[in-house]
Amino acid sequence: MVNKLIKEDTKMFLTGNEVLAYAANAADAEFMYGYPITPQNEIMHTWCKLLPKTEAGFLQTEDEISAGFSTIGGILAGKRAFTATAGPGNVIMQDAMSMAEMMRIPFVCAVMQRGGPSTATVIYAQQETTLTCFGGNGEGFRIVYSTAGHQDLFDYMIKAFNTAWKYRFPTFVLADGYQGKMREPVMLYDPASRGIKMEPTPAELLPKGKIGVDRSANHLRNTFNMEEELMEVLDQYQVDFDKMAEEIAEYEEYKADDAEVLIIAHGIVARSARTAIDELRAKGVKVGLFRPITVRPLAVKPLRKACERSKQILFTESANGQLARMVLEKIYGITTPYSTLYKMGVGVTGDDLVQKVESMVKEPAVI
Amino acid sequence: MVQLLDLPPVLPEAQDAEAGASKFCPGCGHGMVLKTLAFAIDDLNIKDKTVFGCDIGCSLLSWNYMDVDSVQTHHGRTTPVIYGVTRANPEVIGIAYMGDGGGLAIGAQHLVNASVRGEKMLAILVNNTNYGMTGGQMAPTTMPGQRTETTPYGRDCDVTGKPAKGAEMVSAIVNPEKAYVARASVSNLRALRKTFKKALKNVEQGGFSFVEVLSVCPLNWRTNNVDTWNRLKTMEEFFEVKEFVTREGLE
Repeated sequence: MVNKLIKEDTKMFLTGNEVLAYAANAADAEFMYGYPITPQNEIMHTWCKLLPKTEAGFLQTEDEISAGFSTIGGILAGKRAFTATAGPGNVIMQDAMSMAEMMRIPFVCAVMQRGGPSTATVIYAQQETTLTCFGGNGEGFRIVYSTAGHQDLFDYMIKAFNTAWKYRFPTFVLADGYQGKMREPVMLYDPASRGIKMEPTPAELLPKGKIGVDRSANHLRNTFNMEEELMEVLDQYQVDFDKMAEEIAEYEEYKADDAEVLIIAHGIVARSARTAIDELRAKGVKVGLFRPITVRPLAVKPLRKACERSKQILFTESANGQLARMVLEKIYGITTPYSTLYKMGVGVTGDDLVQKVESMVKEPAVI
Repeated sequence: MVQLLDLPPVLPEAQDAEAGASKFCPGCGHGMVLKTLAFAIDDLNIKDKTVFGCDIGCSLLSWNYMDVDSVQTHHGRTTPVIYGVTRANPEVIGIAYMGDGGGLAIGAQHLVNASVRGEKMLAILVNNTNYGMTGGQMAPTTMPGQRTETTPYGRDCDVTGKPAKGAEMVSAIVNPEKAYVARASVSNLRALRKTFKKALKNVEQGGFSFVEVLSVCPLNWRTNNVDTWNRLKTMEEFFEVKEFVTREGLE
C-alpha cells in the first residue's frame, strides 16, 4: 500500500498534470510506468517528486511501447498501475492497449492530446479522440472520459481506476495540453470522504495459493486457434460492454432544455461553449450544450433526445469532426440539420462560437 | 538402468502434464528447451514464485506448456511485460521467452534496455536462425548464405549485414557484477539445464540473466535428421557456446 498525501479536503492551485498525479495517489495507485512526451511530462515529474512521501513505484521505460506493456505486467501482478502519454506516444502505445482490450486488463492511461498527425505540435488538440476510443486492431472495447477542467481531472482520474477494475475494459482520461499545462484551483480530497471505495486489484499472475494444491496455474493468452473461438469471446465482450455502457455513460447538459441551437462539444471546447452560451443567452439566443463526458461509450438516449428537440446542431471540436462522426452514427434517423466549427489542433474560443451561432441563426444549417 | 517403454515419461513438475501433446512441429527445438527449463525450475524449487511470459512467433505455443503462471504477450513485448511484473512484485522470478526476432529485431530495444537497467528477470532467446511461425523468413540471426523465404538465393551479408550475436551484445552492456549471460545449445541439454539453473539463481539474487539457446527448425530448414544436426553444429561454430558473463555463487 502507498501513503496517501491528501487526507482531508485541500484546495490547491495546480497544473492539470500535477492534478493527475495527485489523483492517482488519492486513488491508491501504486505504480506508474512512463516515457517522456510533451505535454504529459509533469504527471511523471510530480509522481516522481512525491515518491519519498508516497512510497509508490515508478519506472521510466525505453519507449511508450514498453511503458504500455510494463503497465500491463504491473496490473497482472496485482498492482493498481497506470501510465500516461500523448500524440505519437499514444499511437505506439496502441500495441499494449489492444492487448489490454483483448485480455480484459484494467489498463488506465491519461492521454494529454497534442496536435497531429505525426509530431505536429506539442501543445494542444482534440485529435486523439478517435485513436483513444478505437485505436488498435479491435472494436474499441474501451472507456474514455473526456475532461473539461482540473476538477474533472481529479474526479475522473479516480473514477477511471474504479471503472477499469470493475468492468475490466481499458479506461482513459482524455484531456489535452491546455488542461495539462494550465493552472486552476482544484479541490483535492480523499475518495473515501465522498463515499468512494476503491475496487480491489487482484493479481492474475501469482495470486495466493500453491499451484497444484490450492489452484491450477493461470495461463493467460491472447491468441486463438479458430475464428469462431475468437468470435464467441468477442460477442460476450460486446454484451458486457453494452451492459456496462448503460451504467457508466455520462454527459452534461447546459441550458439545453429549450435550446434551438444545440452545441455538441467535449473536453475543454465544451467550456468555451458555456462562455458562448451565456453571452448568446444574454442576447436572447436560445442556445445550449450537450457535452458527452464519456466519449466512449456515448450516453446515446439523452444524446438523441437533446438532438431531436433542438432545431439546429453545431458540432465543434479542435479536430476535424472526430467526435461528430461518433455522434452522427448514434443519432441516425434524426433529421435535425447541423453545422460545424472545426479547428484542427487549435483551440475554439467563446468568440468563435458566438459568431458561428449568430450566423446559424441568420442562415440556418441545411445538412 | 533400462527404462521400459510402458513407464510414463519423466516430466518435470514445472511442466504442465495436462497440456497434452506438444504443439511444436516435429523435430522442433522448443520442446527440448522448455522441458529443460522446467527441470531447472524444479531443481531450484521456484515454481511457485515464477512467472513465465512468451512472445509471439513459435514461442507463443508455449503459453500453457509450463505449470507456472504464464502470460502470452505481443511480438517483441514479452520483456517489458515481465519486467513490469517484477518491478511491481520483486519477489517474482520473471522469465521472458522469445525467439530471435522477438529478442533481436522487433523487441531489440527492450532487450537492450532491460540489460542496461539490470531488470530482475531471465530473458531466454531461442535462436533457430529464422522466423519459423511466419513461414521461414530471414531473422537477424540467419547465417551467411542461408536460404530463407526472404533470402531465397542465400543471405548476402553485403546487403543485410552480418548475423546478430545476441549474447555478445548483451554481455557488452550489462553490469557484470549482477548479470549472467550465456549461449547454450539444444545439442547438450545437460549443459543447458546447468546454464538455466545458474541464470535463474542469478535472478533469484536480484540480477539480470540472458540465455541464448541455439535451436533447430527442420521444417523451415527443410533438413532431415542428419542435416539438422550438422547445421546445428555449424551454428555452434559461428555462435560461440559459452558463458559470457557470470558471477560467484551461481554453481
